[in-house]
Amino acid sequence: MSAWRLWAVARKEWIQLRRDTRSLALAFALPALLILLFGYAISLDVRHIPLAVLDHSHTPDSRRLVEALVAPRYFTVTTTLTREGELDDALRTGRVRLALVIPPSFARDLAAGRGAPVQLLLDASDANTATIAQNYADAIVARYSLAVGGRAVVLPVDLRTRVWYNETLESRNMVVPGLIAVIMSIIAAMLTALTIAREWERGTMEQLAATPVHRVEVVLGKLVPYIGIGFVDVTIAVVTGRVVFHVPVRGDLLLLAALTLLFLLAALGWGVFLSAALKSQLLATQAALITTYLPALLLSGFIFSISAMPLPLRVITHIVPARYFVTITKGIFLKAVGLETLWPEVLALAAFSAGGLGLALRSFRKELG
Amino acid sequence: MPDPVVVEGLTRRFGDFVAVDHVSFGVGQGEIFGFVGPNGAGKTTTIKMLTCLLRPSEGTARVADHDVRTEAKAVRQRIGYMSQMFSLYGDLTVDENIRLFGSLYGITGAHLAERRDWILAMADLTRRGDRMTRELPLGWKQRLALGCAVLHEPPILFLDEPTSGVDPTSRRHFWDLIYRLAETGTTVLVSTHYMEEAEYCHRLALMHRGRLVALDRPDRLRRDLQQPVLEVLTDDPARAVEALRDAPGVIEAAMFGRAVHVMVADEAAGLEDVARRLAAAGRRVTAVRAIAPSLEDAFVALVRRQGVAAVE
Repeated sequence: MSAWRLWAVARKEWIQLRRDTRSLALAFALPALLILLFGYAISLDVRHIPLAVLDHSHTPDSRRLVEALVAPRYFTVTTTLTREGELDDALRTGRVRLALVIPPSFARDLAAGRGAPVQLLLDASDANTATIAQNYADAIVARYSLAVGGRAVVLPVDLRTRVWYNETLESRNMVVPGLIAVIMSIIAAMLTALTIAREWERGTMEQLAATPVHRVEVVLGKLVPYIGIGFVDVTIAVVTGRVVFHVPVRGDLLLLAALTLLFLLAALGWGVFLSAALKSQLLATQAALITTYLPALLLSGFIFSISAMPLPLRVITHIVPARYFVTITKGIFLKAVGLETLWPEVLALAAFSAGGLGLALRSFRKELG
Repeated sequence: MPDPVVVEGLTRRFGDFVAVDHVSFGVGQGEIFGFVGPNGAGKTTTIKMLTCLLRPSEGTARVADHDVRTEAKAVRQRIGYMSQMFSLYGDLTVDENIRLFGSLYGITGAHLAERRDWILAMADLTRRGDRMTRELPLGWKQRLALGCAVLHEPPILFLDEPTSGVDPTSRRHFWDLIYRLAETGTTVLVSTHYMEEAEYCHRLALMHRGRLVALDRPDRLRRDLQQPVLEVLTDDPARAVEALRDAPGVIEAAMFGRAVHVMVADEAAGLEDVARRLAAAGRRVTAVRAIAPSLEDAFVALVRRQGVAAVE
């Protein structure tokens, strides 16, 4: 091992990377784009759901019910209907996601204290939104009932929920930390696959192999610039998350940096292994996307909760390094936890990075064909 | 002091296919040793085993008095290698390539600067050090690749078809450089499929289907060919070869560029016979004359003899 030769490989890699506009764009523009995309567009929150109201009662009571529904801003009345026949059209065209129908007898029934039925129609073609909307509506109407019921009701069990770690229940608070794992996976997968497989394709790897350079020096030297890029991307993600999306950063950033390095080594090692094994830019890139980016997106718990997955998928998530890293980033961002809690994930990542680097080095020992 | 390259029973198999079949030879210091033979003859595989890029299946090879199997690192420090494919970094400048390979061989500072100037002068690239390597004409690229291969002044240099694809002028220029290196004591092992290049070598190893068919000086290889060779100029060389191949008294007929070379048992009878046969086949014959056998004629004959021996 010679630090000088390792440095020579790293410097050469950096110069090449600097001149490769395509890879640079991939390294910096793609992460920024992903953050904005996931942060703004793919919001999982239910807010301002368009609501249609068909009020046959036309009384102060019925208007108060509608006001109660829209007050927390979960729903917005976008359409006011006058006839039953318009309901189907409003829901089917997607102009509204739910419709509230208040019968003519509403105020009378309420005054008589005999139970006043109102109807809520839901468009459940998006089951997730429909369920959440139904829950909100149930809760609001229940509270309204208690308020207008006149007499105080004392419930035997008083459930008071408090939401911790993501107090405002905003999905971007968990999306942004999880996204870091996805971005790291892309960087590692695409860049190493592209640039190392290219050396096999062009024959430069053979020229390197004929020199006294050791495979450890080649592998580590090539990784250095990408580790640097990985850190720049993490910084972009953290700063964008903080400044643009107001995602809280509560934990230790140094710990986050150290564990990012661990995850990067695992992912980069895997990328090097793939490109050395497949020796083709196209194959290596595709294999890298399928084996790192997709699992990071789907099986890491980044968007889809692992505990809600069927058992076979839950088992598979254990071999997805991003799963551990997503737990780590969410933990550090939102809960300010440290090694005392995250050590199982850290151990798993350490095993993956040892495995990734080991595979990368092994694939280089094999003679050139 | 043992020879720079000593090879004994060197063999390489890929599955059932024997790419190099029990090859033995030695190369002396300052010698230019050529590998010739058709594609797939085992030239590149032999060179890759000697440069520690491929592991031999059988046999031994010592390069610079180090075993290629067990002392790869020592071997790599003492050899220069230039592969078939241009394999410097196209997206690095000339200087950056030189600096990279310098660092890999442990050459830095003033020594590197001195070697850099030497390479630039040798490759006609003086004051072009900041040019992007991929933009250089192929002949210059290859001279630069040679420069990087000898940057650390290795005693032994391996060149695998170094001039494929370059024009004859650049090729001659390249060989001038190889001669200069050999004169200063560098041992050069080079593979080629250009016969005119083979003539430049001190000794030639003719390979065919993984085996070493002949090993000698170019002039001796030519002289050993006892059969007379006739050169035939005709309107349709391909049909002429067809008409002559199985004729009595004709040992071998092959196309050499636009001429046909016919190896015959007897020169006088052959001259008469060949002209008559071609006329009978409807070919217009411009000339039939006896010529001094070229190296290529010698190879065709040697390979043919080898083939006959294999059948017997």
